[in-house]
Amino acid sequence: MAKIKLSEDKINKIKEICSAFGNKPSEVINVLHKVQGEFGYLPAELQDLIAQEMKVSAAHVYGIVTFYSFFTMTPKGEHPISVCMGTACYVRGAEKVLDEFKRELKIGVGETTPDGKFSLNCLRCVGACGLAPVVLIGEKVYGRLTPDGVKDIINEYR
Amino acid sequence: MEMINIIIDNKPVQAEKGKTILKIAREIGIDIPTLCYYELDGVNLENRPGGCRVCVVEIEGRRNLAPACATEATEGMNIKTHSLRVVNARRTVVELILSDHPADCLVCSKSGKCELQSLAQRLGIREIPYQGAQSTYRKDMSPAIIRDIDKCIMCRRCETVCNVWQTVGALSAINRGFEAVVATAYEQDLVKSPCTYCGQCIAACPVGALSEVDQTRQVITAISDPTKTVIVQTAPAVRVALGEEFGMEPGTIVTGKMAAVLRTIGFDYVFDTDFAADLTIMEEGTELLQRISKFMAGDKTVKLPILTSCCPGWVNFFEYNYPDMLDVPSTAKSPMQMFGAVAKNYWAEKLGIKREDMVVVSIMPCVAKKFECQRDEFKVDSNPDVDFALTTRELAELVRQFNIDFNAIEEQDFDQPLGESTGASVIFGATGGVIEAATRTAYELFTGKKLDKVDFTELRGLEGIRSATVDFDGTPINIGIAHGLANARQLLDQVREGKTNFHAIEVMACPGGCIGGAGQPFHHGNFDIIRKRHEAIYREDAGKPIRKSHENPFIQALYKDWLGEPCGELSHHLLHTHYFDKSKHIEIEG
Repeated sequence: MAKIKLSEDKINKIKEICSAFGNKPSEVINVLHKVQGEFGYLPAELQDLIAQEMKVSAAHVYGIVTFYSFFTMTPKGEHPISVCMGTACYVRGAEKVLDEFKRELKIGVGETTPDGKFSLNCLRCVGACGLAPVVLIGEKVYGRLTPDGVKDIINEYR
Repeated sequence: MEMINIIIDNKPVQAEKGKTILKIAREIGIDIPTLCYYELDGVNLENRPGGCRVCVVEIEGRRNLAPACATEATEGMNIKTHSLRVVNARRTVVELILSDHPADCLVCSKSGKCELQSLAQRLGIREIPYQGAQSTYRKDMSPAIIRDIDKCIMCRRCETVCNVWQTVGALSAINRGFEAVVATAYEQDLVKSPCTYCGQCIAACPVGALSEVDQTRQVITAISDPTKTVIVQTAPAVRVALGEEFGMEPGTIVTGKMAAVLRTIGFDYVFDTDFAADLTIMEEGTELLQRISKFMAGDKTVKLPILTSCCPGWVNFFEYNYPDMLDVPSTAKSPMQMFGAVAKNYWAEKLGIKREDMVVVSIMPCVAKKFECQRDEFKVDSNPDVDFALTTRELAELVRQFNIDFNAIEEQDFDQPLGESTGASVIFGATGGVIEAATRTAYELFTGKKLDKVDFTELRGLEGIRSATVDFDGTPINIGIAHGLANARQLLDQVREGKTNFHAIEVMACPGGCIGGAGQPFHHGNFDIIRKRHEAIYREDAGKPIRKSHENPFIQALYKDWLGEPCGELSHHLLHTHYFDKSKHIEIEG
């Protein structure tokens, strides 16, 4: 866990979000959603600040963050890669595609490359089953992907 | 009160509407086993996550078994608590819990007192049919508490106690599924969390996932060392609970037996923390009167109310949570630390030995005392005033190791001079006791008159927050009392906002005060045990020939020979302390 120092701007932004939800302990999940949307991830320092503002313990916030798979404590890469593991994509070889991404980027699921360029995640069905297997890089959709094609796609962003 | 008619195990029962099956069954003497359920009815604390499923019962007309702890009884219910189906299901549930539970019962600190172990025995489990993955969490060692989370069964009692009763917020359930455990924020060590070491999580834990740091080996080593003079002191609450470890009725007073076993174990001097409690009253009572007198003379810099500072869990709590109010609590050290300071200065000098050659051991109902005695400000050249703080349970362990027949041993007295105490010091062990003891002395010093009646019953009781006004011969003194840190927080928030008119507030972290301390024999949620200890404390007080701290002849002699006057220069140096802002010390690891 790298130690980060929050800038005044970030602190104010988070305080603003907390107060928009009335600083109510019952609204912690909503605040976490919003803050992750804003900052991309939820490092310990952010959770501490949220705990303080929402008048709950840091342990409680951490409990929520670790319970829901949506929340992440590692920063996403500049180009977040999401491999669809929905039923259609899965049966058409999504796992092999995912393995190729892991090998090519040398990271696991939920991790980010050391240069901060790529992060790798799985998701369930983007509603483009006709294109299975599907991979999202940022907002862009790649369909009918094979393991062979992975390297070329990554190179587009390198 | 609306009543309903139900049938439990073929017995017709009239019960209060709205009660759970578990509670009704317990009231009529039917013991439905539980693991996660935990209740301290005397202080309205309940942990009821309905998670362990051990308490399932069969209800006629329902397809599934129902958890008794979380199911309200309704009119006409026909309940079977130990039918064949229930017994089979219950055994399977426990077998599954055991499938990933470390089987190191032989060396587990909780062995013999473990609720899971005794349940497995009760259900006749002789093998564990399910082989599952085992969790491999690191052991977290703090100065007072050990977390061995591989043994956690996710009952979440510790989480409830830490968050609801104490509002400390050190623990929370984290992760999900098999990975789920109770942990600190960011899974850091307890020392980096806001933990106060009150240890109520240990008192609540049904298994060995949470335990105190065992220091019995170090104490035996010290006793074995012929160059060391080993002195022991015993806290007030220990004498009304220790007997439980040897099958005695809760509330049995075993002061004389305790002194006898300590001498048999080999301590060179058997002294009493109660002596230092009397000393605390002299110092804290004088401080209170000084603040009140200045306040009445119009000095606006004086901080009122004064807060008691005997309870180390409470001290940790306000250092973390009220750093802006560090000048409000009394500066008096706790009785244990006052004793240590007197022993390693006054008594070492009397004996003509160096402080390094003296080892002071305390027997405490408390887990936080293990942390307190390691505080840097209570050391001189890294030699602590109190070397080891053992819990009541650890003393019982020593008694067993030395094969002493506790029930048969003849009573003995404490050694003098640091073993003499008054009734006022004994009641330190119960919520309201410190402030009652202080009132007995402060009244007489303030008014110059003799008290007709030393019992201030208005300060006694077990409600979480209490208040009373004591008439100091025309001057009303307002007193507040809280036990449990959630209750203390309520009072402290009011003080911070300037909304109270209290002159003094007493706080203890544990339910009932030290009698319900985390180092005491396990009560497994039976609050009647705490009630009986409570009653015993006041019985011990009533039986003492002297019941006011300032009348303790050895205390008077100590001031005459050595200390000078209460809150004087030497007192200030040895018997008072200061507090630190720890709010920033909740670190995030780099």
